Amino acid sequence: MNVTVKYFAVCHEMLDRSEEEMDLPEGATVETILKRLEEEWPEIAEFYEVMQMSVNWEYATENTELTEGDEVALIPPVTGGLDV
Amino acid sequence: MFKITTEVITGEEVREAVEGPDAGAVVLFFGTVRNNTHGRPVRCLEYEAYPPMAEKKMAEIAQEISEKWGLDRVAMIHRVGKLEIGEVSVAVAVASPHRKDGFEACKYAMDRLKQIVPIWKREVWADGEAEWVKPDAVFFDAPKPHKTDPQTD
Repeated sequence: MNVTVKYFAVCHEMLDRSEEEMDLPEGATVETILKRLEEEWPEIAEFYEVMQMSVNWEYATENTELTEGDEVALIPPVTGGLDV
Repeated sequence: MFKITTEVITGEEVREAVEGPDAGAVVLFFGTVRNNTHGRPVRCLEYEAYPPMAEKKMAEIAQEISEKWGLDRVAMIHRVGKLEIGEVSVAVAVASPHRKDGFEACKYAMDRLKQIVPIWKREVWADGEAEWVKPDAVFFDAPKPHKTDPQTD
C-alpha cells in the first residue's frame, strides 16, 4: 500500500525533503515508517523521543495501523504562538 | 474561524467571526514578534504549519472551550512565513456574555494552541544564524541535511 509521509520544520531539514510516498507492506504501522527512516539515517532516532506522529491529521502512536492512502506526518515539538 | 494564513493579521477577521448581540465582552489576544529571546537580538521569525491538521486542532480547542465554559464563539488565526519584529503572528478572539469567562477561555485557547497545534517557529538571530525553537526554549540545531551519496560519508 502507498502512504504519504510529511516532514515539517526540523524534520524537513534533517531529511532534506518535505514529503514522500512510501510503499509499505500490508499490516504496516507508524513504527514501520520510523524504522525505515532510521535505516536511512540512524541519527533521526534520537529525535523520536521528542517527536509525535500523526495519521490523517490526528495524533497517533507507533502502533497505529496504516491503510492505503493515509497521510502520515512527523510532528516535531510544536511552538506556535509566542513565549507568554 | 480557524485558519492558517500567509497574510497580515489585523484582528478584525477574528473579532468579526465571534461578534454577536448576546456578547457582553469580546476578548482579543495578539501574539507579536519580539525583538529578542532571552536577551539575544532577533532579526525576524519564520513560522511553518501543517495547515489542515492545525485548523482541525484549533477547532478541537474551541470544542473544549464550549464544554468548559459554554462559549461557542471562538476564533483563531495563525500566520506562517517570515514575520518582522512587531508583526502579529497569532490572534485569538472569544466572545462571552461576561468578561471573566472570556479572559479565562482566551488564555486557555493560547495555552492549548501552544501544546497541540502543529506550528513551528524558527528564530533568525540578528547575526544571521537561525534555529528551530523547542517548547522549553532550549534550542537545538538541525543536523545538516542528509545526503545519501556514499562518496560524502
